[in-house]
Amino acid sequence: MPFREAVRLALQVIWAQKMKSGFSAIGVFIGVMFLIAVVSVLEGVDKYMTENVVEAFMGLNTFQLRQRPDFVADDVPREQWLAWRRREPITYDDADAVIAAITSVPVQWAWESTTGMDVEVDGRRIQSVRIVAATDGYFDIKGYDMASGRPFTAQEVRAGQPVAVIGFDLAEQLFAGGNPIGQEIPLRGIPYRVIGVVETQGNVFGASLDKFIVTPALSAIKRSVNRPRVIDQMLVKAGSPEELEIAIMEAEAVMRSRRQLRPGEENTFELETSEGVLEFWGNINRVLMTALPMLVGIALVVGGIVIMNIMLMAVAERTREIGIRKALGARRTDILRQFLVESAALAGLGAIAGIVCGFGAAALVSAVTFLPASVAPWSIPTAVGLGAGVGIMAGLYPASRAARLDPVDAMRHE
Amino acid sequence: MSSPVIRVTNLKREYQMGSETVRALQGVDISIQRNEYVAIMGPSGSGKSTLMNLIGCLDTPSAGEYWLNGLEVSTMGDDELARVRNREIGFVFQTFNLLPRASALHNVELPLIYAGVKARTRRERAAAALTRVGLGDRMDHRPSELSGGQRQRVAIARALVNEPSILLADEPTGNLDSTTSEEIMAVFEELHGQGQTVIMVTHERDIAAHAHRIVTLRDGLIHSDTSTRKAA
Repeated sequence: MPFREAVRLALQVIWAQKMKSGFSAIGVFIGVMFLIAVVSVLEGVDKYMTENVVEAFMGLNTFQLRQRPDFVADDVPREQWLAWRRREPITYDDADAVIAAITSVPVQWAWESTTGMDVEVDGRRIQSVRIVAATDGYFDIKGYDMASGRPFTAQEVRAGQPVAVIGFDLAEQLFAGGNPIGQEIPLRGIPYRVIGVVETQGNVFGASLDKFIVTPALSAIKRSVNRPRVIDQMLVKAGSPEELEIAIMEAEAVMRSRRQLRPGEENTFELETSEGVLEFWGNINRVLMTALPMLVGIALVVGGIVIMNIMLMAVAERTREIGIRKALGARRTDILRQFLVESAALAGLGAIAGIVCGFGAAALVSAVTFLPASVAPWSIPTAVGLGAGVGIMAGLYPASRAARLDPVDAMRHE
Repeated sequence: MSSPVIRVTNLKREYQMGSETVRALQGVDISIQRNEYVAIMGPSGSGKSTLMNLIGCLDTPSAGEYWLNGLEVSTMGDDELARVRNREIGFVFQTFNLLPRASALHNVELPLIYAGVKARTRRERAAAALTRVGLGDRMDHRPSELSGGQRQRVAIARALVNEPSILLADEPTGNLDSTTSEEIMAVFEELHGQGQTVIMVTHERDIAAHAHRIVTLRDGLIHSDTSTRKAA
């Protein structure tokens, strides 16, 4: 019997017993649906991490010079924390030296110190606003465009002017839709005049990226964030990944010489890039991607056992049919193929339904929660292959039993 | 006449039933020429079903030779036997043995599917075979929508569709009333008239009387072999 004929026959049989077919394919269906949904969400989060989150937290081609790491992947032992805290902090002088040392490639730079506090204007209180004391290069490095007003200048930084550039959502909330430019926000008792509002930055994992106030690095608020002449971190942005690497090498060299580190000694400062953040995410992703096949595997094994039982029943029910087919000239391979194709088609249809519903579930998850979803192209052929593979494995034993039936005995079967 | 379509020499078939060996056929010799119309008779246990299965290539003999249309069938393996059943033999069974979920047309197509005939040719030939047995207007009916006589006609169409060397009927009227039985016998007579070799196993004397030669089995051996017409 040609393959096409076997497929047609299989689909007829499956269609004739819709209910039974549906129930028998449900294991494969669930396994595949789970696979597709989870992979899609993970893929979506992965894309989101590389495109949005890294951008939001660090920016492209940017490194941070810090006293201790910002993003930490695993549990860090207490001794390590203590060691990090004993390190010398990064100072104005470090920042100046680093900028002076990066001569081979053009870079933008800024330094910042960050804290969080509640902010209140006219009785409207916004909790835990990010307060950044930064130099004027900060806006370019972060890619902040102004929705209204202007960023502060180098002169205003040097003079420590009490001016502020604030996030979009924060402006809306603090000034209730009114024009925030020229209004004042009290920070630690000192009124800061709003001179600019930054375009909305959206949100990451459901948290708004617009709840911030940026003030000149040398303004009064800096004093409540760090000790004098100490900064949280320095940001340096290069034009390309290659240039970034050169900038990092030069920065590292000058910092090591300033800290008088001998060759072989570890750095007593931290140079972080967006790769660090991605590594952090990569670790989580790897764990999920390891656990996933096991869960899907269990569902598929159960699904395969169900299909095998259904096919054994089908062979028993259709013993007479098998006898007739053999009497009319069906060879063993014809019967084997008929039942293998039927069981593969059953599982394959379950897999296809699983793919459709998996994408549906992923879309639902991304619509209802902040988790994004994105289709991983490899997941579709994988799912179909897994489904058909499970079908063929599950069909082998029942089909070979059918193929071995004796035509005379089979036709006598009621 | 030319070489016989069936030549059986010293055919034996033994079964193992628990510890006992059943000698169903104990050495049968028979030759059947092209366009003969033969009835095989005998009481139950005489070995006629066993002979029918062997002639139909559904079973293999324990000993002896069986030549069908110039092929030595007795030494063939499973797949070769399937091929012979498909090309050389048209079966008509007592219980019709149609696929209940398939239409009359599809039932008749089955042997052609296993012969590897293309879909279009297949349909044409199946339709022609159904028309030949007078069911040209019932092609899309399922077996359950047909009378017993009509079902047996579908089975006959299916048996003929591959233009087999022999039409092998096993109690073809066993499930039919006498009027319908006569109709089916008339179809057989007509096919025989068109040159078809017909072999029919039956235990009914009046059905066997339609044949031109009657072979009687008893205890696994041929008891009698008589021609009922002057010209065989």
